[in-house]
Amino acid sequence: MQILIKGARVLDPGNLDGKKDILVKDGVIEAILDPSGPSDPTGPGDPIDPGHSPDVQVPGVQVPGVQIIDASNMIVVPGLIDIHVHLREPGQEYKETIESGLKAAVKGGFTAVCSMPNTIPVNDNSQVTTFIINKGKAAGAAKVYPAGAISQGSLGTSLAEIYDMQQAGIRAATDDGLPVENSQMMRRALEYCKGLDMPIFVHAEDKSLVDGGSMNEGPPATFWGIKGIPNAAESIMVLRDIALCELTGAAVHFCHMSTAESIEAIRQAKKRGANVSCETAPHYFTLTDEAVLDYDTNFKMNPPLRSEEDRCAIIEGLVDGTIDMIASDHAPHSVDEKEVEFDRAAFGIVGLETSLPLSLKLVQDGFLSLTDLVVKMSKQPAKMLRIDNDIKPGNPADLTIIDPEIEYKIDPDTFISKCKNTPFAGRQVQGEAFLTMVDGRIVYQKNQ
Amino acid sequence: MRFEKKDILDITSLDTKEITMILDTAQGMKEISERPVKKVPTLRGKTIIFFFQEPSTRTKLSFEIAAKRLSADTVSIAKSSSSIVKGETLIDTAKNLEAMNPDVIVMRHSSSGAAHVISKRVNCSVINAGDGTHAHPSQALLDMMSIREKKGTLKGLNISIVGDISHSRVARSDITGFSKMGAHVTICAPPTMIPKGIEALGCQIAKNMDACVEGADVIMMLRIQRERQGNILFPTEREYASLYGLNPPRVKLAQKDVIVMHPGPMNRGVEIASEVANSDCSMILEQVTNGVALRMALFYIVAGGSRHADSD
Repeated sequence: MQILIKGARVLDPGNLDGKKDILVKDGVIEAILDPSGPSDPTGPGDPIDPGHSPDVQVPGVQVPGVQIIDASNMIVVPGLIDIHVHLREPGQEYKETIESGLKAAVKGGFTAVCSMPNTIPVNDNSQVTTFIINKGKAAGAAKVYPAGAISQGSLGTSLAEIYDMQQAGIRAATDDGLPVENSQMMRRALEYCKGLDMPIFVHAEDKSLVDGGSMNEGPPATFWGIKGIPNAAESIMVLRDIALCELTGAAVHFCHMSTAESIEAIRQAKKRGANVSCETAPHYFTLTDEAVLDYDTNFKMNPPLRSEEDRCAIIEGLVDGTIDMIASDHAPHSVDEKEVEFDRAAFGIVGLETSLPLSLKLVQDGFLSLTDLVVKMSKQPAKMLRIDNDIKPGNPADLTIIDPEIEYKIDPDTFISKCKNTPFAGRQVQGEAFLTMVDGRIVYQKNQ
Repeated sequence: MRFEKKDILDITSLDTKEITMILDTAQGMKEISERPVKKVPTLRGKTIIFFFQEPSTRTKLSFEIAAKRLSADTVSIAKSSSSIVKGETLIDTAKNLEAMNPDVIVMRHSSSGAAHVISKRVNCSVINAGDGTHAHPSQALLDMMSIREKKGTLKGLNISIVGDISHSRVARSDITGFSKMGAHVTICAPPTMIPKGIEALGCQIAKNMDACVEGADVIMMLRIQRERQGNILFPTEREYASLYGLNPPRVKLAQKDVIVMHPGPMNRGVEIASEVANSDCSMILEQVTNGVALRMALFYIVAGGSRHADSD
């Protein structure tokens, strides 16, 4: 079976940008063709297209041997990769399963995700890694590249068998969900992982400063009487781990950055040539703590929504390249864990199915070019996870087709994720994944 | 004027007209408690549930006496005897209470926002008797009532609030209410106990205790809760008393006719010296007396008064 993606703008930063047709065969990109006919919709019909003028949108028209996908007015990009996702399986299948999470991913336009190890049991050994990878393959949706734990049980006391997990398929080490509190432990983990050429993802949080807080420390927290989490709870650990990065030379990647101070610290570290990178999540450049109203626990996540100043600093970091990637920090929680008192509610929101439209807003607002966005949502995560996702013949056909024009309201009832804990319900957005292809297979297509 | 709201959740949601109406109603209720037979039939046949998930002596007693003086039927459940200890969620417990058709639920809870969460899910009235560090509206209202009684109005008064502002729902509700009614509020505390952005509620922060009480018409002292905080917020009670305690020399810095208040229970010798607590300027016991009248007023307006005028 061959698939021909026709009429789209193909955008693979550093590699391709222009109107191309992509022929996919046996799961790989077979050829990248110059459009065989004029792409002007008022021009004559395309010779390969049987009787359809290109301005009529008929996706998936069948012709013998070749399935044609009319992607005019669409953008084909190398498959998006969400580098920070909680799939919850094993152990908390009521929140999400590997299958439901990976299906939500492809609906959101992601062809691959990196799963965090804070499952039950923790992914701190190769058996759990293998379980996740096998379940991931069986799901037939997005690919999963697990992250393994730094320390046994993510308890921060003894190193996990990171090499053994690497052999089984982990692409990064992290105790995400928890900080590595002991500096010596972190130092040794960085040194050890450097020897394995394995990046460490840092969950930057000083628990003693968080001290039971559940939203950003600031005027809104004071107003609602909710214990605050200061910016320094994050930036202290960022500064510590920059120091440890410079001490060891290991690759340090900071997860879900939320504060101006963290971004500035990373900016300076990069200027000095430190081997650091970082990601932020769409909620940190979209919302602030002013949005936390009436104890709505769908606005509770860790790190918390920060001030407007921080939100602007995050955007600035995205624009000047300090922030390398956008990840959703997809954190499904059941209604039972959210429909409770604010200070007792679980931290986290789902993000796989809202990340792309929320991030496209950065392009619509003129902060980022589409190329920049694809770099942050596909190319950089790919590089970090050692994936070659260039759109070129011979590579796996992992592609995302984006409809950049469609306008709609975010509706949690349409989510494939098992959980609907989002602060973005009802939000008006523009753009979404029209089709997601993994290994040449259409794993998601809108309205099909 | 009719009171349109179902619930009394915080001071923020009440406008000055509503506050004035509550205070006027409370003033009228006060006389009932001075009669030989301290009971009127106003809320006969109404059921009021006291749902207290946090220890409380005077607030609960005050609400309970208020309800009984209006002839309401009252039932109490405490945390230790409720299904919460069996793992029932707050919302489920509240829905179950509602299923027994009470008219009012008075609740206290250690989580900020608990009363808000419940009020949205039940049809009966909810009166917040204190939620976490968020709000304690009946306390702020009785404080306003006591000040108004002595000073005639809150407008233009200099009111000082001293103590653990961070952990105090009374402080938040007092600041909001006093400033709403036109008073100038100045707060003072160790910087470890001043939450970020508190000025936005309507107050300024004094440099030190002397500056805070200088020229004050009202001084509100807050309880220091050593048992909650250990000694990371201030080193010793001795040092706290010397920096932030209200003693006779400091009272002298205030207006001659200053009144001193405290929501109780007091730590004598810590935040307030006995000489001050026992002096004529102390209104601490009047606050308690007014608390009953104020809570009678709250029950009356949510369960028996003008809000239900149409159905009467």
